[in-house]
Amino acid sequence: MSLDKDTVKQIAYLARMRVADEKLEPLAGELSSILDWIEQLQELDTDGVEPMASVSDVTLPQRKDAVTDGNCQSAVLQNAPDPEDGFYTVPKVVE
Amino acid sequence: MTKLTDLNIASARDGLNAGDFSAAELAEAYIQAMEAGRDLNAYITESPEVALERARQSDDRRAKGDNLGAMEGIPIAMKDLFCTEGVLTTAGSHILDGFVPPYESTVSANLRSAGAVMLGKANLDEFAMGSANITSYYGNVKNPWSVNAGKDLVPGGSSGGSAAAVSGGLAMAATGTDTGGSIRQPASFCGIVGLKPTYGRCSRWGVVAFASSLDQAGPMTQTVQDAAIMLGAMAGHDPKDSTSAPIDLPDFEAAITGDVSGLTIGIPKEYKMDGMDAEIVALWDKGVEWLKSKGCTIKDISLPHTKYALATYYIVAPAEASANLARYDGVRYGLRVPGESLDDMYMNTRGEGFGDEVQRRILIGTYALSSGYYDAYYIKAQKVRTLISNDFKAAFADVDAILTPTAPSAAFGIGENQDDPVAMYLNDVFTVPTSLAGLPGISVPAGLSSAGLPLGLQLIGKAFDEGTLLNVASALEDAAAFNFKPGKEG
Repeated sequence: MSLDKDTVKQIAYLARMRVADEKLEPLAGELSSILDWIEQLQELDTDGVEPMASVSDVTLPQRKDAVTDGNCQSAVLQNAPDPEDGFYTVPKVVE
Repeated sequence: MTKLTDLNIASARDGLNAGDFSAAELAEAYIQAMEAGRDLNAYITESPEVALERARQSDDRRAKGDNLGAMEGIPIAMKDLFCTEGVLTTAGSHILDGFVPPYESTVSANLRSAGAVMLGKANLDEFAMGSANITSYYGNVKNPWSVNAGKDLVPGGSSGGSAAAVSGGLAMAATGTDTGGSIRQPASFCGIVGLKPTYGRCSRWGVVAFASSLDQAGPMTQTVQDAAIMLGAMAGHDPKDSTSAPIDLPDFEAAITGDVSGLTIGIPKEYKMDGMDAEIVALWDKGVEWLKSKGCTIKDISLPHTKYALATYYIVAPAEASANLARYDGVRYGLRVPGESLDDMYMNTRGEGFGDEVQRRILIGTYALSSGYYDAYYIKAQKVRTLISNDFKAAFADVDAILTPTAPSAAFGIGENQDDPVAMYLNDVFTVPTSLAGLPGISVPAGLSSAGLPLGLQLIGKAFDEGTLLNVASALEDAAAFNFKPGKEG
């Protein structure tokens, strides 16, 4: 499996990650070699094998749908880069 | 009297109980060692005030005759992947700049309630992605054994700061996390004990997530007994982690009886790989003889899908990482690099905040999960994972534990193996299958390479049978009698 520069750029956009243009070519090479190496899995017949969802046989526990935590706005916002009036802030998204 | 920094958890416990020294004295000795050992870059953040405060509280509890915990007064390093209340937590990444958690991870909270004294936050590969501790935003960690080699060596990774701190006497023990070998491989490179417990044994709550179906916290210590003591303090069911196993904790220390006669140890033929280092093969053979001499029966076994484990891992782990790391968006915590639009801000922040290896894995994971490729990569890998897990289930019908090497080599030089990501990934060839199957594994220091560097042997156990695993590991440790220290002749 070989990836070209444009595909890497597209994947980087899907991941919302700015990758400098001069890094795209080397990354395409590295990612292609990793994918080539991963390709070996295709030689294995996995028809009828259940894909693993969890290593433990424990079933997910359930609890009451009740509030167990809260009223800690200042703690929640404590690490926010640019909070305002008790809110997170982001660049304008609606025109 | 021996130097306080030469003690281990068990001997320090005895000394504290006998009143030979106080927890505060112990903490002070390690704070000095930590400052003197800064050249190793083992710590990202030193927290001497926290250490002294907790040590004094421990001394107070002892003076008042309060109930004492299993780690009472023991100075430890905390891998900087555990969120610690009021103490900077970085995950070795630029993107968590200035992040001070308002809460404590369950594992670090458990250790604190058991009386442990936190010296600081240990360096690691960025987001625990790496096998050499060369991807941290806070710089490379040096292996204390570099002194013997005459050049700077990697400590292994990703828990490289933890391993270097314990090996170099800058902490009595340390926490690590292991996703594909990140406790065991650095333990092997630094000549210490590293235990990855069964998936679900320790809570993942408050641990910065890398690959959620694989991540597991564990102890990194000087001895197997210490690992048992520390695991007991870290582990336990936590309702805040739905994958945490709701089962009682056995007394791990009591499981070490010294008697392993009658146990059957499996030797998987697939781990004897072409071109394997002769020294590693020789050490493995020695391990077999040692366990035989302790009364174990040795049995050849087969884990037929072993050769596919690494490729499986390098789909599953990056896929989960790409999902987990989506949360670092510059909005709620950490680094924000402004942009004209929201998308712009995301892209700038993540482009600048993540290092090269993390970006590489996010890209692989995003690709593997993207429309049209999901079945071919991710589902395929999860199917192979089932086969790998079934291999172990079949093998454990006949054996009590499995013996393998921990890593394919001794520690290598900083800067070596760096050009080819796949070559670096091969460091985890012996540890990754265990992780994929969620089983416990422990690395025990077993010998020195011809260059005088430590080499570990790995034991793999049944799910939630850390007791037997620790007992066999202790027998192996006893037979190997590894008593070498970095920078000194043993």
